Amino acid sequence: MAAVKTHVRTTLNGEATEYLCEPNQSLLEVLRDVLFLTGTKEGCNDGNCGACTVNMDGRIVDSCLVLGVEAEGSDILTIEGVATPEGLHPIQQAFLENAALQCGICTPGFIVASKALLEKEPNPSEARVRHWLAGNLCRCTGYDKIVKAVVDAANTMGGKK
Amino acid sequence: MTTVDKKKYKVIGTSPIRHDGADKVTGRAVYGIDYHMPGMLWGKILRSPHAHAKIKSIDASKALALPGVHAVVTGKDMAVAADIEVEAGETSLNYMHLSDNVMARDKALYKGHAVAAVAADTQHIAEEALALIDVDYEVLTPVLNGREGMKADVPLIHPDQTTKVMAFRFDPGTDTGEKSNVAGRSQLKLGDIDAGFKEADFIVEREFTTSWVHQGYIEAQNATAHWNNDDNITVWNSSQGTFNQRQLMAEILKHPVSQIKMVPLEIGGGFGGKIPVYLEVPAAMLSKKTGHPVKMTMTRTEVFEGTGPASAAQMKAKVGATKDGRITAAYAELVFEAGAFPGSAVGAGAQGMFTAYNIENILIDGYDVVVNKPKSAAYRSPGTPQACFPAEAVIDELAELVGMDPLDFRIKNAAKEGDRRADGVQHPEMGNLECMEALKASDHYKSDLGGPNRGRGVASGYWGNAGMPASCSIAINADGTVSLAEGSPDIGGSRTSIAMMCAEAFGIAAEDVHPSIKDTDSIGYNGLTAGSSTTLRNGWAVFEVTNQAIELIKARAARLWETEPENVDFADGVFFSKAEKELKLTFKEMAGKLMETGGPISVAASVAPRGAGPSFTTHMVDVEVDPETGKVDILRYTAAQDVGTMIHHDYVEGQVQGGTAQGIGWALNEEYFYDDKGQMLNSSYLDYRVPTMLDLPMLDTILVEHPNPDHPFGVRGVAEISVVPPLGALANAIYAAVGVRMRDLPMAPHKIVKALQEKNGKTK
Repeated sequence: MAAVKTHVRTTLNGEATEYLCEPNQSLLEVLRDVLFLTGTKEGCNDGNCGACTVNMDGRIVDSCLVLGVEAEGSDILTIEGVATPEGLHPIQQAFLENAALQCGICTPGFIVASKALLEKEPNPSEARVRHWLAGNLCRCTGYDKIVKAVVDAANTMGGKK
Repeated sequence: MTTVDKKKYKVIGTSPIRHDGADKVTGRAVYGIDYHMPGMLWGKILRSPHAHAKIKSIDASKALALPGVHAVVTGKDMAVAADIEVEAGETSLNYMHLSDNVMARDKALYKGHAVAAVAADTQHIAEEALALIDVDYEVLTPVLNGREGMKADVPLIHPDQTTKVMAFRFDPGTDTGEKSNVAGRSQLKLGDIDAGFKEADFIVEREFTTSWVHQGYIEAQNATAHWNNDDNITVWNSSQGTFNQRQLMAEILKHPVSQIKMVPLEIGGGFGGKIPVYLEVPAAMLSKKTGHPVKMTMTRTEVFEGTGPASAAQMKAKVGATKDGRITAAYAELVFEAGAFPGSAVGAGAQGMFTAYNIENILIDGYDVVVNKPKSAAYRSPGTPQACFPAEAVIDELAELVGMDPLDFRIKNAAKEGDRRADGVQHPEMGNLECMEALKASDHYKSDLGGPNRGRGVASGYWGNAGMPASCSIAINADGTVSLAEGSPDIGGSRTSIAMMCAEAFGIAAEDVHPSIKDTDSIGYNGLTAGSSTTLRNGWAVFEVTNQAIELIKARAARLWETEPENVDFADGVFFSKAEKELKLTFKEMAGKLMETGGPISVAASVAPRGAGPSFTTHMVDVEVDPETGKVDILRYTAAQDVGTMIHHDYVEGQVQGGTAQGIGWALNEEYFYDDKGQMLNSSYLDYRVPTMLDLPMLDTILVEHPNPDHPFGVRGVAEISVVPPLGALANAIYAAVGVRMRDLPMAPHKIVKALQEKNGKTK
């Protein structure tokens, strides 16, 4: 039976956003099934794959492991908030130019996670990129082109090219 | 690298940004799991907790009484589908078995087998309702291993099943009448195996085992279905073949195929696993009962336990060679666990096993054995990774006995055009030897390993690829762009590669073609997005429609120039008068003149191409093995593959890299752990252990372009074969590093430590 819903206030992709959610709904469910922001993907619903990665108060989290009610007062960035009306984010552009996606289902999670890395560390090594993104699974690419895309984006964002 | 003279192309061979790119990097692309409809209910499946059990009764009354629950369906609600075997792209399937796999009837045949489905207002209510369905099971002894299942005294999973003997792959077979868990027995025979072994100076015979492995696509199976009041059914899902699934739905639901529409949404990976139907059927049945659209998605555990992984195999391989390094004979016995229903990929495995080599005497016995595990499904070059693993490991041992470099040994025995495969078919033009020679010439081959406990391994592979029908249509827009409608779900960038061939034909940019994937009511028949066939066959369809359009436009130009169509020609994107050279108009200019010369032009075509060029590949890998922990680090990896004419360079390379990564996972990490009751103990990604970014190095490629002579653009399937060689290459590299031959996959650290302890114990 449906439980009594809780009123939650957040900042979502820069906008004040309120929603009602049940106590057993994850943030991922809220994003996808309540707010219809389906860019954040469900791959495993148990914190293994990283497809549901969002940035919550400056930290990347698996949104399937966060309850919707826990997001009260949080500032959340999802894939829908990465591009601007002016255009794609350099990481998004680098993913396209480096052919870093095949089916593309893991891509939003990788982009949100990569953005957090490059904001913290503008010039990560290949090893650092692999370590940071080890929580995001991709089954199509073998990761090679994703690593290249993130390093490429770092160079672009650092003004190196 | 290009190995033979190739046509000069402007668009083909480049790497434009994919047409669906912006949608996929911004989260706007709608995948099957993302679909939502007003008034939609959520469905969930109740699955058997037992690997083998009789279903004595199902009581759903408590579930139906739960507020928010709308309906329950069970196997009793299912029609009995026809007992007919059909070819389904890469493996065969039987409608009745498929139906019984979608929902168990009298017996649950594996842990995770669906026994009931419920529709409710929310997912959580549906989950609660599952716990309220009472199923009375009589637990039976499970059969959990192929070789065990072949024995006479084990329980029969399907009491009436008899063994069929098949002379070739997809052969309907001759019924032996013997009741057995062995559903099929096949034999490939070439030459005289006894004479071949007599000729040999060295013979190596070994046994091998591999575990069940899953395709591991990140998007779980899902389906949203609406059974309308007029009995038209619409299904929105992510599939590898809408037309095939439409047929499967029609057979299982006993519903006219014309009243089923499959709408392909974006697909989050498949690798063969999204060919069959699973949730589509109960979702439609629940929609019929409730009048609402019903959406169902699987959890990751359900994906592991309830969909089709690749078979585990128990195999023997025996190969002989002369002192001077010529392979004289090869024998193999392949026992594949089909899962709960017949139809493993053992036939394809046999066909691919020794096919990279020219061997005159071959005998391969294949067994398709039913066990109490999920029904196996296609997985990237189905059956071939398993079968090539023993072949490549034994060939490596022979090379050592003969005293040849493993790559030289393969080059010496490489199959060439005109040589016969084990099934007697002669090889067409292909680039097998070129791949091996390209690796030999590579910097990787010439490099030093640079440390102790390091080793290098090589292995080759073959995959036949498929053709299958395709349809597409184009409409020429007044601004000189082209709308291109396709019917093959795009799983890895095919919509761009197909658009590129269209652009090439018209002499326009890839960006000027706008591809889209249509539902089954909106385009002609398309085969599966499988068998590495999508770009190949849609390339044929594009070739047809563009040629037809060019002829129609020639007639328009002729009208403009007041001449006959045969006096107009087209080359490099320009229509010109053969007589008066100054009369010429580009494709774009002509597109703007269609309305004034007779109206718009659109063309549709359907093709059923044969002549899918086979794939050949050889991989080389350097590893370092930690003798204390058994951990294998991959230091360097190079895959050389004949990719035919590359359409989209980066997506071709991506296919090679992606398959390689899956093969590495298969070799080193991935495994279904079962207990003795048939319970899978590791049904999550990281316990199952798919490779993460930290597990893999950069994956280097050598893309050999030997165009397929049977395709207008020279396309050869590229997507599957790269999963084949890593298993053998890594086993051979581990041997080169630390001297142990690993013959049981995965080559997990604990097994390597044990093997090293045994080796050192013996040598001390």
